[in-house]
Amino acid sequence: MHNFFFGIYPYIALSVLVVGSIARYETDPFTWKTSSSQLLRRKQLIMGSVLFHLGILMIFGGHFVGLLTPIQIFDAMGVSHSAKQMLAMVLGGVSGVVSLIGGLLLLHRRLFDARIRKTSSFADIAILVLIVAQLFLGLGTIFVSAQHLDGHEMTKFMAWAQMILTFRAGAAAQIADVAMVFKLHMFLGLSLFLVFPFTRLVHMLSVPVRYVLRPGYQIVRSRKRHPAE
Amino acid sequence: MKVRAQIGMVLNLDKCIGCHTCSVTCKNVWTTREGVEYAWFNNVETKPGTGYPTDWENQKKWNGGWIRTKSGKLQPKQGGKFRILANIFANPDLPEIDDYYEPFDFDHDHLKSAPEMQAFPTARPYSKITGERIEKIEKGPNWEEILGGEFAKRSQDYNFEGIQKEIYGEYENTFMMYLPRLCEHCLNPACAASCPSGAIYKREEDGIVLIDQEKCRGWRMCVSGCPYKKVYYNWSTGKSEKCTLCYPRIESGNPTVCSETCVGRIRYLGVILYDADKIADVASVEDEKNLYEAQLGMFLDPKDPKVIAAARAEGIPEDWIKAAKDSPVWKMAMDWKVAFPLHPEYRTLPMVWYIPPLSPIQNAATAGSIGIDGDMPDVRSLRIPLRYLANMLTAGDEAPVATALERMLAMRAYMRAKTVDGVINEALATKVGLNAALIEDMYKIMALADYEDRFVIPTTHREQVEEAYDIKSGCGFTDTNGCSTGISKGNLFGGKKRPLKMPHEVQ
Repeated sequence: MHNFFFGIYPYIALSVLVVGSIARYETDPFTWKTSSSQLLRRKQLIMGSVLFHLGILMIFGGHFVGLLTPIQIFDAMGVSHSAKQMLAMVLGGVSGVVSLIGGLLLLHRRLFDARIRKTSSFADIAILVLIVAQLFLGLGTIFVSAQHLDGHEMTKFMAWAQMILTFRAGAAAQIADVAMVFKLHMFLGLSLFLVFPFTRLVHMLSVPVRYVLRPGYQIVRSRKRHPAE
Repeated sequence: MKVRAQIGMVLNLDKCIGCHTCSVTCKNVWTTREGVEYAWFNNVETKPGTGYPTDWENQKKWNGGWIRTKSGKLQPKQGGKFRILANIFANPDLPEIDDYYEPFDFDHDHLKSAPEMQAFPTARPYSKITGERIEKIEKGPNWEEILGGEFAKRSQDYNFEGIQKEIYGEYENTFMMYLPRLCEHCLNPACAASCPSGAIYKREEDGIVLIDQEKCRGWRMCVSGCPYKKVYYNWSTGKSEKCTLCYPRIESGNPTVCSETCVGRIRYLGVILYDADKIADVASVEDEKNLYEAQLGMFLDPKDPKVIAAARAEGIPEDWIKAAKDSPVWKMAMDWKVAFPLHPEYRTLPMVWYIPPLSPIQNAATAGSIGIDGDMPDVRSLRIPLRYLANMLTAGDEAPVATALERMLAMRAYMRAKTVDGVINEALATKVGLNAALIEDMYKIMALADYEDRFVIPTTHREQVEEAYDIKSGCGFTDTNGCSTGISKGNLFGGKKRPLKMPHEVQ
């Protein structure tokens, strides 16, 4: 069972994420959107959305760098495991609290504002509930981590993530003995990957970086053939 | 010189009777769907008033359009690219739906299904968003119809800038006019510039500004970017929508629905050739009062052989060049100088222009003593203050508006002399800088306004860019659902399939 959830499920989740996103983009680009509800209700959105997104972005960056950077690089930089863990706990804690405040504001608005509730799909509400639950679990891991500050537990997760991504056997065994709250947090995280293509989360993949690179401001589309060409 | 063609529109406000036929036919065609009940691609406002959405003209509040930076460059007023991206999680300049109005309908069914009661059953309003009862409707798309509401509120109208407005609240001095509004299909559209996804584009061949519904991600920066507030966020699909200038009709040489159905024959459609290389320079002239003249300066004379040669080199079809020569828009904007852009100070170079309305002489009691200048009253004695029209149409420069009004008065006086007295009064024409032939042409196009004089629309030459064979048995214009006729109710990715109703073939 453990091997299924942490050895096989990650591949299922990531495959659905990749294939599902491509399929949605290709077959139904009209549904690819942020689903902003700011027009209907400004109240609670400005503060909620900014805090939520900023926190999530910091958390995302933290997990990405923290889990996927090979431990040798930290060792070479002279960052001890316990120092890295402290850094992760503090940064993760702060950004977790920031996005939790935002997430709760947004969830309250989504559930109790009639306009937003009536115009929400099941997926809109469910994904927000899942993310807020995930934030609680993530913050909950900090209390467990605080009981062993040597950074040893943390290296297990790094090894697991890196082994999964490099297709090596035995990844699940790395984290067989970690606390339950970590396992729940990881399972829910993988599940978020799984449902990603079927929710509004896809707007993450559309970060408009190209806007900055676009020459000038205007866009003109032409259908006509120029005689010169 | 880079010649481009644009389908422009002129609205003759002197003839608008405020019947809202344009708005209603537009709504029936384009925005009866869920999510855009509140959106009116075409709406008619009573002026003076704060309009729809409330106070839309006040860019200190909404930050729409462009500003000229100290270095002389143009930048969207809501901020440059980085600032727009920084506001992407929550757009501080976005109107809320209550700034337009909460869309509503009435319980019509209650009228026939109500049980026997003491009181007569009524159809009460309910919200089209939540479905809940609305006790009191607070706002609508034309809430100030025929000067509805108190003057204190209506006089917050931005066009009162620089006017001692108090006297216009008095019954004896009151004035009003109608202002039908639609997307301006600007030469320098601020909506397109604000779109982080690059979904909004201007079509090179006819200048129509459109939103690619499959590329729009709903970042909603276009809504705040457009100073005319003519881009609407569809809360149901999560995409922005706007006036399409009825491009399927325009492409086949037909006028837009609003123009076709205008009972007052106030709308004109025609081709304008312009120099696309000048857009940046014209839009960034220092003094905003010069924007109107500068925009005139970028229009190209379709009778000039050099322009014709350049247009051909750009691949502009012959019938478009011919249409440009007969364009009523060119005549009104360039030959007679009676049409003006709406709020040129937003620096978007709008292409839906307006002929200012004449109005009764201000004070009938002193009619004998007011400035009758020869056969015509002085335009400054008209009821609508010149400055008010100038604030709306020329960034406050009164002289061009005065000339336009004088020419329209001259046209009336000339035709009255001709048809009533049987006298050709050439002097009237020369006094306003025209000649008899021009005045008669003005009369034919502006007063008689025959269909073929109002709408000079060349067809789009799709045959030059598409192989008709390749698109055989295609599905034509669809609602972004492919050729599907919509069998399933929803799909895996949360999209709704809307049935595309096709006539069934008789067996």
